[in-house]
Amino acid sequence: MTTREWLLTESPSSRMQARLGRSYRVWRALIRNPLAVVGAIIILALVILALFAPFFATHSPYTGQLTQRLLPPSGDYLLGTDELGRDIWSRIVYGARITLVIVLLVGAIAAPLGLFLGAISGYFGGWTDRILMGITDVFLSMPKLILALAFVAALGPGIENAVIAIAITSWPAYARIARAETLTLRNSEFIAAVRLQGASALRVILRHIIPLCTSSVIIRVTLDMAGIILTAAGLGFLGLGAQPPLPEWGAMISRGRSFILDQWWVATMPGFAIVIVSLGFCFLGDGLRDVLDPKSGAKS
Amino acid sequence: MTAEPVSATTTAGRDPRIAAMGRAGRGIAALGGFAATIAFTFLGLLAITFFIGRVIPIDPVLAVVGDRAPQEVYERVRVEMGLDRPLIIQFVSYVGDVLTGDFGQSVTTGRPVIEDLARVFPATLEMATLGIIIGVALGVPMGVIAASRQSSLTDQAIRVIGLLGYSVPAFWLGLIGLLLFYARLQWVAGPGRIDIFYDGLVPTVTGLMLVDSLIAGDLDVFWNAVSHLVLPAAILGFFSLAYIARMTRSFMLDQLSQEYVTTARVKGVPERQVIWRHAFRPIRVPLITVIGLSYAGLLEGSVMIETVFSWPGIGNYLTSALLNADMNAVLGATLVIGAVFIAINKLSDVLYRVLDPRAR
Repeated sequence: MTTREWLLTESPSSRMQARLGRSYRVWRALIRNPLAVVGAIIILALVILALFAPFFATHSPYTGQLTQRLLPPSGDYLLGTDELGRDIWSRIVYGARITLVIVLLVGAIAAPLGLFLGAISGYFGGWTDRILMGITDVFLSMPKLILALAFVAALGPGIENAVIAIAITSWPAYARIARAETLTLRNSEFIAAVRLQGASALRVILRHIIPLCTSSVIIRVTLDMAGIILTAAGLGFLGLGAQPPLPEWGAMISRGRSFILDQWWVATMPGFAIVIVSLGFCFLGDGLRDVLDPKSGAKS
Repeated sequence: MTAEPVSATTTAGRDPRIAAMGRAGRGIAALGGFAATIAFTFLGLLAITFFIGRVIPIDPVLAVVGDRAPQEVYERVRVEMGLDRPLIIQFVSYVGDVLTGDFGQSVTTGRPVIEDLARVFPATLEMATLGIIIGVALGVPMGVIAASRQSSLTDQAIRVIGLLGYSVPAFWLGLIGLLLFYARLQWVAGPGRIDIFYDGLVPTVTGLMLVDSLIAGDLDVFWNAVSHLVLPAAILGFFSLAYIARMTRSFMLDQLSQEYVTTARVKGVPERQVIWRHAFRPIRVPLITVIGLSYAGLLEGSVMIETVFSWPGIGNYLTSALLNADMNAVLGATLVIGAVFIAINKLSDVLYRVLDPRAR
C-alpha cells in the first residue's frame, strides 16, 4: 500500500490516519484551485518576509540619510526613499511584521470570543440565547469601520487600541456562525452520550462543540483578514493606528500623501503591499471555503 | 355526519378572505416584532455610543474641555454632563437628549453638533447616491455576464475585479485616482466639492450641489460640480460594484441551475431571453437587499474617500473631529451614520418581505 492509498482509504484504522487523510484531501482540492495556491504563496511570502525581515531589508527601516530623501526607485533603493531618506522597501518589509501581528492578534481575540459566546448561546438557548444574540445583532447591524474609529477615539491612538477596536467589531460574525453550527449539533446523539456520562455543560461546549465549529470559523476569519488589514491600514492612514516611526503601511501612505503629485512612489508602494496581501487572504479564503464548505462553494 | 364539520373547517381554511385575514394578522404580529427589533437595535446603538463617550474615557470631562481648562470650568462641565449621577440615569437622559436632537456642542466649530451634521450630510448623500448608481449600473450586468459564462476567462476576470474590491484600501485608490485623472490626465477637477470661484454662486436649497445648480439654472456651476464629484463617486461605486457583481453572479448561478431554465432552453428560447427574461426576474428582489446593504456600506466607505478628497461631508467631519479629540462631534457623527446604516438595512429587509411572495 502506497502512502497515497493509505491516506485516501475509505476505512481509516486510526484517528490519526483519518485526520491526515482529511488534510490530504483538502490539500489536493486546494492545489487544484489556482487562485487558492496564489493566495497561499502570497501569505507564505508575507510570513517569511516578516520572520526574516533583517535579512530581506537592504537598509534600516528607521534611520535614513537626509541627503538621500525622496529618491525614485533605483538599484540601490528598490522602491525609492521617503521624505526622511529612509528606504521604502525596507520599511515595507518591516511593516509586514506589524500587519502580521495585527491580523494574528485580532484573530486570536475575536475568533475565540465569538466561538465561545456563539456556542454558549446555541447550547443553552432560551433567554441566554436571546440576550447574547440581541447584543450580537446590534453589533452586526453597525458599520464596522465607524465603530472601530469611535472606539479608537475613546481609547486613544496606538496599535494596541487599534487591535482592540477591530476585535470588538469583528467577533459578532463568528458568534453567529458558531451558534448556527451549535444548533445543529446540540441535539445529536454523541452530545447526549457525553452528557449521560455526566459531563458538565462547560466541558461539552469546550471539548465537543467548539472543536466542531472551528473549521467554519477559520474560513470566515481567513475571508475577514483582508477587511482587518484594510481597517488597520485605514486607522493608520488617519493617524489613529500605529504611530511613527513604526513602518505601518497605512501610516506610510498617509505620509506620502503630501508628495503624491511629484514623488508618487512614496504613497503608492505601501498601497501595493496592502493590496497584494489582502488579495492573498481573499484568494485563500475563497479557496478554503470552496473546499471545506461544499454547500456554499457550489454557488460561488 | 362526521364528515360535515371537517369539510366545513377545511373550506373555511381555504376561504381566501379568511386566509387573507390570517395572513394580515400574522403580518401585523410580524410587524410588531420587527418594530421591537428595530427599537432594540437603535437602543443598542445608543448604548454603544454612550459607552464609548462616557465609560471608556478615564475622564469624560477632560475629553470635552481638554486638560488645560481651569478647575471651575471642569466642575461646571462635570455637573452639566450629569457625571455626578448614577450611570443608568445618565444613560436615560442621554437617550432623551439624542431623541430631542441634542448632540451637544462641537469644540472645534463651536456650534451644536446636530447643526453641523445637517449641514454636511447632503454632500455625503450626493456622493454615495452617485456611487451606488454607478455600482448598480455596472455591477449587475457584470454579475449576470459572469454567471452566464461560468468559468470562462470573463468570469475569472470579473471574479478578480470583485475580490479587488475587498482588498484595495479606499484611501489609496483615491490617491491613485487623483494622481492619474487629476494631476496627469487632467480629466477631472481636484479635491473639494466645487472650484473656489464658483463657491456660493448658487443658493442652497437641497444641499445637493447638482440639484441646487440646476434649480438656479447655472450650468457652469453644475458641470464644475460634476467634474469634482465624478472621481470620488466612481471610486465609491467601484466598491459597491465589487459586492453587487459578486452577489448577482451567485444568485444567477442558483437560478441557471434550476429545472425551469433547462425547460426554457429545451423549448428553444434564445439564450439572451433565458437569462434576462427567465433567470434574472426572480433575483430582482434579493438584489434590492444587496443594493440596500451596499448603499449603507457606501456611507461608511465615504469616510475614507472624503478624507482623501477633502469632501465636506460627514466622513470628513468625523475624521477631523477624531483628530481634534472632539468627542461630541465624533459620537454625533457615529450615531447618525449608524442610524442611517441600520435604517437602510431594515428598510431593505422590509422591502424584501413585501416584494417577495415567498418571504411573506
